[in-house]
Amino acid sequence: MQVLPLAEAIATHVRDGQSIALEGFTHLIPFAAGHEIIRQQRRNLRLIRMTPDLIYDQLIGMGCAERLTFSWGGNPGVGSLHRLRDAVERQWPRPLALSEFTHAQMAVAYQAGASGLPCGLLRHYPGTDARRVPAASVRTLRCPFTGAALAAVPAINPDVTILHAQQIDAEGNVLIRGIIGAAKEAAMAARCVLVTVEEQVESLRADMNAVVLPSWIIAAASIVPGGAYPSYAQGYYPRDNAFYRSWDEIARDRGAFLEWMRRHVLEVPDHAGLLRALGVAA
Amino acid sequence: MTSADYSRDEIMTVTAARQLRNGAVCFVGIGLPSAACNLARMTHAPDLVLIYESGTVGTRPVVLPLSIGDGELAETATCVVSLPEIFAHYLQRGRIDVGFLGAAQIDRFGNLNSTVIGDYARPRVRLPGAGGAAEIAAHAHEVLVVMKQSPRSFVPQLDFRTSCGYLAGSGARRASEFPGAGPRAVITDFGVLRPHPETEELQLTALYPGVSVEAARAATGWPLQVAEALETVPVPQPAELATLRGLQARTRHAHARPVRITLPS
Repeated sequence: MQVLPLAEAIATHVRDGQSIALEGFTHLIPFAAGHEIIRQQRRNLRLIRMTPDLIYDQLIGMGCAERLTFSWGGNPGVGSLHRLRDAVERQWPRPLALSEFTHAQMAVAYQAGASGLPCGLLRHYPGTDARRVPAASVRTLRCPFTGAALAAVPAINPDVTILHAQQIDAEGNVLIRGIIGAAKEAAMAARCVLVTVEEQVESLRADMNAVVLPSWIIAAASIVPGGAYPSYAQGYYPRDNAFYRSWDEIARDRGAFLEWMRRHVLEVPDHAGLLRALGVAA
Repeated sequence: MTSADYSRDEIMTVTAARQLRNGAVCFVGIGLPSAACNLARMTHAPDLVLIYESGTVGTRPVVLPLSIGDGELAETATCVVSLPEIFAHYLQRGRIDVGFLGAAQIDRFGNLNSTVIGDYARPRVRLPGAGGAAEIAAHAHEVLVVMKQSPRSFVPQLDFRTSCGYLAGSGARRASEFPGAGPRAVITDFGVLRPHPETEELQLTALYPGVSVEAARAATGWPLQVAEALETVPVPQPAELATLRGLQARTRHAHARPVRITLPS
């Protein structure tokens, strides 16, 4: 594990055309890392994320993505992700292929990937139109013991998984507290794990059963205070629900979106610059 | 109390809340279901166990979350588990009594669409997708649906079937061995629809005070059947309204609070 400036971590480990999962379920979404990918103009990424959220709306709208693997693509409690919709409905700024699952399916797909299994299993019930979703290759089979109907979902093994977390200790071990989603599974499934953290501490003082990623699982870590904003980091700052609401208006219009991205992402050097430009950090 | 004393949204939320019995374990969707579930917990059902798909179990938020995973939900929860656990250990294992869902479209058998309007490959409107809904609809012992009623949302034919209700009705769901029984009630801004005991087609069983059968029919995209014993929903009680309005006022205030982050110098 190396502690690197975020720009260097992304430059070293994220390549055009890779499959990339920025995970964190509503909480601890790695916005700073996503913005750095946009600044470095990565292309043809195969993005993976259960809930694309604003950060994938931005990556898609900036033309970084060729495919999206997901299970729920909205602005939670607000409405649509307009850039995602524009890409799917009108192929702007470029066509976006979808691999669509349900949350439960993606959860077992990450678990399978994290466990070295080729697929994850769920109980299967007929009747949904999932078969009309071309790239989501869920297959059915029978349990060899009971004959019960099962659904098999292919394992997800991202080339790179990027997480945001609260703390890293002096040895490079990383602690995640609060709503965790499928972050641990996404990390253990990945070929390369990058982490951004709120702060470095001498010792994590973590509970025995806390979620800690050992340093040797991680390729590189970057210390980025506020790195999940406008998502949140439990114990550090809350979710900026007012920003999530305001995004609806910004992202509705292509020009307003591009202008916002230019001013707040492309023309600022780093995440601290974005926080200052938005008046969130003094 | 007269009809001027509460809004349609309010009586819909209050009516949805009343469907929940104290002590039930409830898997909550965001938006109207979340407001109804928390209103129930703050009024007649203090021991209602609320589970959100973010893995927050037994959560007791003081303000409504905007997202399914606001910090408020984690801070007030009995425990916070991972996403694979919430879907496997709680939902698929059969530990959820009530699933509470919304959707963009519903058909006469309570099947739901939250995926696309139009063709899947070339959608007119790309909706968010299934999220947790498909498995909640399959596994929860019963399902409640809360949706505003209009010909665009109550449709004769779904554009996409994301989550299963009674499939084609008349026992089709039971024959497919779904673990959960399916939608018990659909609460709308006109009244309440429940499945017919044999055909399982949704029929109007209760109306809000001052709402006509004709108006409910006009807001439905199929010929809406009306139960023989059509009831009138009791008006919201002052305590229900006060609790709901207090909850919403606290929520508005909390969501408008500016976020400040201190950067190390």
